[in-house]
Amino acid sequence: MSKTRVATVWLDGCSGCHMSFLDLDERLLDIAPLIQLVHSPIADVKEFPENVDVALVEGAVSSDEDEEKILKIRERSKILVALGDCSVTSNVPSMRNQFEPNRMLHAIYGDGVIPLGGGPVPTLLRKSRPIHEFVNVDVYVPGCPPPADLIFDTISNLLAGQKREDAPAPKFG
Amino acid sequence: MPAKVITLTIDGRDVSAREDYTILDAAKEANVKIPTLCHLEGLCDVGACRLCMVEVKGIPKLLPACVTKVSEGMSVTTDSERLLHYRMTIVELMFSERNHICSVCVSNGHCELQAMAMRLGVDHMRVPYRYPTLPVDASHERFVLDHNRCILCTRCVRACDEIEGAHTWDVMGRGIDAKVITDMNEPWGKSESCTSCGKCVNVCPTGALFEKGRSVGEMVKRKAFLPYLTQMREGKK
Amino acid sequence: MPEETTNGTQAQTTLDICVAAGCLSCQGDLVKEALEKEIDARGLAERVAVRGVGCLGLCMAGPLLRVSPDGILYQAMVPEDAGEIVESIGKKPVKRLECDAEQSFFTRQVKIVLENSGEVDPDKLDDYTAVGGYDALAKAVGEMEPSEVISEMVTSGLRGRGGGGYPSGLKWGTVAKADGARKYVICNADEGDPGAFMDRSVLESDPFRVLEGMAIAGYAVGADSGYVYCRAEYPLAVKRLKNAIRQAERAGFLGSNICGSSFRFTVDIRLGAGAFVCGEETALISSIEGNRGSPRPRPPFPAASGLWDCPTLINNVETFANVAPIIRNGGEWFSGIGTEKSKGTKVFALAGRVQNTGLIEVPMGTVLRDIIFDIGGGIPDGRKFKAVQTGGPSGGCIPEQFLDMAVTYESLAQAGSIMGSGGMIVMDETSCMVDVARYFMEFCMTESCGKCVPCRVGTMQMHELLEKITQGRASMKDLDLLEELCEVVRFSSLCGLGQTSPNPVLSTLRYFRDEYLAHIRDHVCPAGVCKMKSPSKIHAEVA
Repeated sequence: MSKTRVATVWLDGCSGCHMSFLDLDERLLDIAPLIQLVHSPIADVKEFPENVDVALVEGAVSSDEDEEKILKIRERSKILVALGDCSVTSNVPSMRNQFEPNRMLHAIYGDGVIPLGGGPVPTLLRKSRPIHEFVNVDVYVPGCPPPADLIFDTISNLLAGQKREDAPAPKFG
Repeated sequence: MPAKVITLTIDGRDVSAREDYTILDAAKEANVKIPTLCHLEGLCDVGACRLCMVEVKGIPKLLPACVTKVSEGMSVTTDSERLLHYRMTIVELMFSERNHICSVCVSNGHCELQAMAMRLGVDHMRVPYRYPTLPVDASHERFVLDHNRCILCTRCVRACDEIEGAHTWDVMGRGIDAKVITDMNEPWGKSESCTSCGKCVNVCPTGALFEKGRSVGEMVKRKAFLPYLTQMREGKK
Repeated sequence: MPEETTNGTQAQTTLDICVAAGCLSCQGDLVKEALEKEIDARGLAERVAVRGVGCLGLCMAGPLLRVSPDGILYQAMVPEDAGEIVESIGKKPVKRLECDAEQSFFTRQVKIVLENSGEVDPDKLDDYTAVGGYDALAKAVGEMEPSEVISEMVTSGLRGRGGGGYPSGLKWGTVAKADGARKYVICNADEGDPGAFMDRSVLESDPFRVLEGMAIAGYAVGADSGYVYCRAEYPLAVKRLKNAIRQAERAGFLGSNICGSSFRFTVDIRLGAGAFVCGEETALISSIEGNRGSPRPRPPFPAASGLWDCPTLINNVETFANVAPIIRNGGEWFSGIGTEKSKGTKVFALAGRVQNTGLIEVPMGTVLRDIIFDIGGGIPDGRKFKAVQTGGPSGGCIPEQFLDMAVTYESLAQAGSIMGSGGMIVMDETSCMVDVARYFMEFCMTESCGKCVPCRVGTMQMHELLEKITQGRASMKDLDLLEELCEVVRFSSLCGLGQTSPNPVLSTLRYFRDEYLAHIRDHVCPAGVCKMKSPSKIHAEVA
């Protein structure tokens, strides 16, 4: 049996969801034989690959780079999982949405030149938004972060079609 | 004169109830849990959150259980696919309205809105967020009002008016711009009518009203005083 | 009726000039002054009198003037025309100002509610009594038992003209039977639908008629006081009402011992502060009580527990205006007009892309095509009819295929709209139906009281989606979401405002879905109304 091609992505978030994913601890060893991790912040792959079976996306869409990425991820993945509150609700990144980005940046970094747009730093969108406002999402896993048990339940459900009895209910925050 | 007892059906079960009961009262006695947010035992009901809408056989409209009186032979359905769908949508609308960021909220884990989303299985908002710019009023010595987390259930307004008798709180503005205010829209700390009793804070279902100097873990709202005070006030039930 | 001149003699000629808001807004008052001056200057004061009367109906041609007894109708005058008009009295009419009094607009109407509009001076009680005013009240309190009045109302088959269409006699009977030491009568004059001005015109043209209806209602249900809840945006109506109340009190038609009987009834005016939702009866009552004007769940209905928890009869202006003729002529007479289930006449405010904008009254069951093309004179500039919006923000758009439909409460509902209070906005091919839906949703959004969640947030979200569609930024997913929200808001909102707010969207989706699709799929507004954003800007909301 060919392995399920799994990718994890880190957009505008704190990487806490990835930490929670790593909190699967020894259960990672149970999953390992079943999957092939084809892209992840914890694996050194620069380009998001083609033919991904499951993409777990952490973080909100906050910049033009995020937007480009999420469109590509959707195009190349069969199942897209919004992992954690930032990708589901935009969460903490959205707290800047009440402010105009440029004014906010200057308030933070002072009056100097901020190398945004065309430079190495991506341009901020006017508002940070959850990923389902850009692309279709197949599975939502809220939580800040989602507990490891819930992530494990989601993954085992996607891999084997099994819902775990003892899985915690999804909860915002 | 003792109230008459009538019989009705709730979710297919025969239930008896006093004739002055609402559907919600009758359901509660029969251990049927209808979702509510603006309702609070001990306060007048306003039928504003619309989560307790139920189907009544023979009536094409949906009826709010908190204000609809029971009647003989009534057949009530409190849970159906249609009702669940409406309730989920209403909760989504509530989340989309203001800036409910559970992860950084003082009421995280003690919030009735958050719990309602969990209970109904709301795992994302299909309607876009508004992200309005809303102020926080921390002028009161002991309490804070954060409009970002208010769902306009008006429990604070009613508790202050009906139980404390101060009527410090009210609502101003229309539609999406409606908001709760203290006195004539003055900072809470400057309110002359507020007795600082804290009842509003304890009836608030979310983190919109909270006590200063308490951690998230401690932010449990205490509502035990409500039925007691109501009994004193009305001497009924 | 010959008018008395300033020195007390009977004038031979009367110049009746409309002094309702429509004609006043096009300098009717100045024309009136100029005419008076001109008559004085020519020393004709003994022969010619100028009289202000209520609305003559054809508002688009204002200011309107009728020369009695010659029956000549003049339109669109300016103060400078006064000399020529006065000069022509008794001679040939001024051709260039003449308005055809024999056109269908005038001849096809049947007037009950508006029978005194344009006939009496709204500021003079004597004018009103001279045409039989207060005969009905005298008959009711003098010769009839309250129950007989109610049964007459039931026989008439009159249904509420405010929009709901609830049988008035039934409502009166419920209030009459309700237990309560005090009862109230409320006249809902908080007319707020865009494009509607029926109640305004009735109050401005014939205020005594409304007061008479209220007094009869008070007698029938056992109430001794009433309120007219009128929106403050109608200052002229309020002024005339105040004057009418004062005059009626002096003449013993209001106050104690009405018409020499033991019946007592007083009327007070309460002004609305501009909230559309206060037209909803429970919000209106809350507003009169001095509270925030937001609705509460029904039941209990006001008939059982209304103003200050007392049984309250609440009807709209036009409903009360129908009462006096029903009592005077009998319920049988009234039920002979109209259709089987919709009795009597209905006043409509014709507005929008129609030749003859103005106020009309036709029997229930009149065919829509006759209203728009015959009475209304059709669509100007040779354009094509597209739809007619009835019932305001709670109503819907009725397309061409229903033009031959008889207008009744039922037929309008079947076509996806409502009778409403009587606004009729005609639209031609230059109207974009999505934009129309967006406009009405914006209205509901800003007028929502904010009490219940579906209406407060739902209307905002629906408006946002409609905005997206009209800008060409929407996807088919957005359309699905819009339809879903329509359903949720419709079935879960607290009051009528929220429950009916999706109607304009639902009806336009039903008949003009292709226009929605054109906006979404092809980024084109077929009517050329909506400004489409270029597709590149759809997502790039970049800082």
